[in-house]
Amino acid sequence: MAAIYSLYIINKSGGLIYYKDHGTASRMDTNDTLRLASLWHSMHAISQQLSPVSGCFGVELLEADTFDLHCFQSLTGTKFFVVCEPGTQNMEMLLKYVYELYTDYVLKNPFYEMEMPIRCELFDLNVTQGVQKDRVALLGR
Amino acid sequence: MQFFGTTEINPSPPAVTAAGNNAHMMYIFNRNGVCLLYREWNRSLHTLSAQQDQKLMFGLLFSLKSLTAKMDPTSADKVNLGVPQLPGQGCSFHSFRTNTYKLSFMETPSGIKLILVTHPRTGDLRESLKYIYNLYVEYVVKNPLYTPGTPIKYELFNTTLDQYVRGLG
Repeated sequence: MAAIYSLYIINKSGGLIYYKDHGTASRMDTNDTLRLASLWHSMHAISQQLSPVSGCFGVELLEADTFDLHCFQSLTGTKFFVVCEPGTQNMEMLLKYVYELYTDYVLKNPFYEMEMPIRCELFDLNVTQGVQKDRVALLGR
Repeated sequence: MQFFGTTEINPSPPAVTAAGNNAHMMYIFNRNGVCLLYREWNRSLHTLSAQQDQKLMFGLLFSLKSLTAKMDPTSADKVNLGVPQLPGQGCSFHSFRTNTYKLSFMETPSGIKLILVTHPRTGDLRESLKYIYNLYVEYVVKNPLYTPGTPIKYELFNTTLDQYVRGLG
C-alpha cells in the first residue's frame, strides 16, 4: 500500500499545473482533479479569513478520515499539496523538496511558460523518485 | 465512518494534558446551516460581521466535506463533487491546521456540526468534541423549553462549556 496517494501543484490563480497519481483506489479524471485543485485554492483562501488572530497563511494540514493532506505555499503563491496515508511523517520535507525540483527543472527550463501545465520529463522523473517511500525517510536532513 | 455507538451516555471528561486558555472560539450549526451557538474566548481579529463569519464558516465546512469525499483515495465509488451527502456518508474530516489556529470538527448523525477553534499546537480533540456534544444533549436538547433549530441561550450550558473549554490542553 502506498504511503503517498497523489501530488498536486496549483498556480497562484488556482489552476492545476501538475498532478501525479501514486496509487489511489480509483483514478480520477482530469476534470475532477482540476475541480478539486481550484476548490482547494478557495478553501485555502477562506481559511485565512476565518483566523482568530492575524498572520494566517492558510491550511497546512487537513486530517480526513482516510487520508492526510499536507499543503505548502511558496512565496509566489504556488501551492504544492500531497495526499497521503493518515499519520505519514516528513511530508513538509517532501513538499519543500518538490519545490526545489520545481525551481530547478521547471522554472529554469527556458521552454516553460509560467503558470502553464508542467510537461517536463526530468521533473516528472525526479518527483517520482522523490516520492518513493525510502527517499521520504532519507529526506529528514 | 463510524458514529460513536459504543460511547456511553455520560462519559467522564477526557483527561486534560495541561491547563491553559487555548481555545479561540466554538460554533455549533444544525443541519440547515443555522448557527445555534457561537462563543469566543480570545479572538483578536474580526474581519467580518458575526453573521457573515458564521456563513463563511459553514460554507468552508460544507465545501471541505465535499472535497474530502471526492478526494478519498481508498474508495472506488464516489459521487460527483458538490452532490449533497447525508451525515456519515462519504469520507469526512476531523481537523485542519494552519500556522495560527487548529480547527476541530465533528458531525453527529443528526447533522449537528460542532466546531472548536484552538491553538495550532493542541492535540486530537475528537474526544473533547464528543464530550461537548454530550453537554449539548444534556443541557440543551433535554431542556423542555428549548425549541430545536433556535439559537441556544442557556446560562448553565454556557458556563459549563466555558469551564470545560478553559481546561483544554
